[in-house]
Amino acid sequence: MIDVLATALSFAALGVAAWSLVLILVNRRFALNRPYGLALAGAILVVELGLLVQAVAGVIAMISSGRSTDVLVLVGYLAGPVLIVPLAAVWAAAERTRWGPGVLVIGFLAVPVMILRLRQVWSGHA
Amino acid sequence: MPDLREGIRSGPGRVLIAVYGVFVIAAAARSSVQILTRFDRAPLAYLLSAFAAAVYIVATVCLAQGVRRIAMMSCVVELAGVLVVGTVSLVVPQAFPDATVWSGYGRGYGFVPLVLPVFGLWWLRVTRAGVR
Repeated sequence: MIDVLATALSFAALGVAAWSLVLILVNRRFALNRPYGLALAGAILVVELGLLVQAVAGVIAMISSGRSTDVLVLVGYLAGPVLIVPLAAVWAAAERTRWGPGVLVIGFLAVPVMILRLRQVWSGHA
Repeated sequence: MPDLREGIRSGPGRVLIAVYGVFVIAAAARSSVQILTRFDRAPLAYLLSAFAAAVYIVATVCLAQGVRRIAMMSCVVELAGVLVVGTVSLVVPQAFPDATVWSGYGRGYGFVPLVLPVFGLWWLRVTRAGVR
């Protein structure tokens, strides 16, 4: 696992969650035809790509090190965020009120939690 | 006339369903790992984990699709499950050698499993036909 990437992804996800929270407070929906919405979508895309890199790198690291403990759990924590991000984005974009960004807050708070669990299990402190 | 399905899954309901979605992933992943890797260690707890995951899936789909009756029933089952399993896991801890999402009233998940069905039932009530 790449520690720097995991940390960067955690902070980036928290950033998206915070941004979404601001949108709720100023009563904006997750609007893809507005600059603030488009920029948010860009940030989400970057996080998703980073999560994909983390998942692939994580699986490669497990295979090359011949790891046999908690393999399935780790795959779950590597793949989980990769699934959650696009689902949250689609589900949020379909909402025409400020509750759309609310979905992003939920999804992007779940991502750092899963990365934290990934690191704990990875280092054996399950 | 507003679409009843839209009523449940729009506004706060959309966030509610999002939280349910996260729990589908959490519960399903947890129970799959438990059953695939060490089922013989605590079959009862692991079957319960799988049951919890199934209930979350039903609740999420029915809330999203506006199947009010089944959504309500699954919220009630969830609430009963978290209360019963939570109590048993505290009173007879040896019955649950490994955790489920409902152990300790969902303590491992910030007590969200305890609060979620209450919000679900509240939201179903708020969006009933004629009320909104």
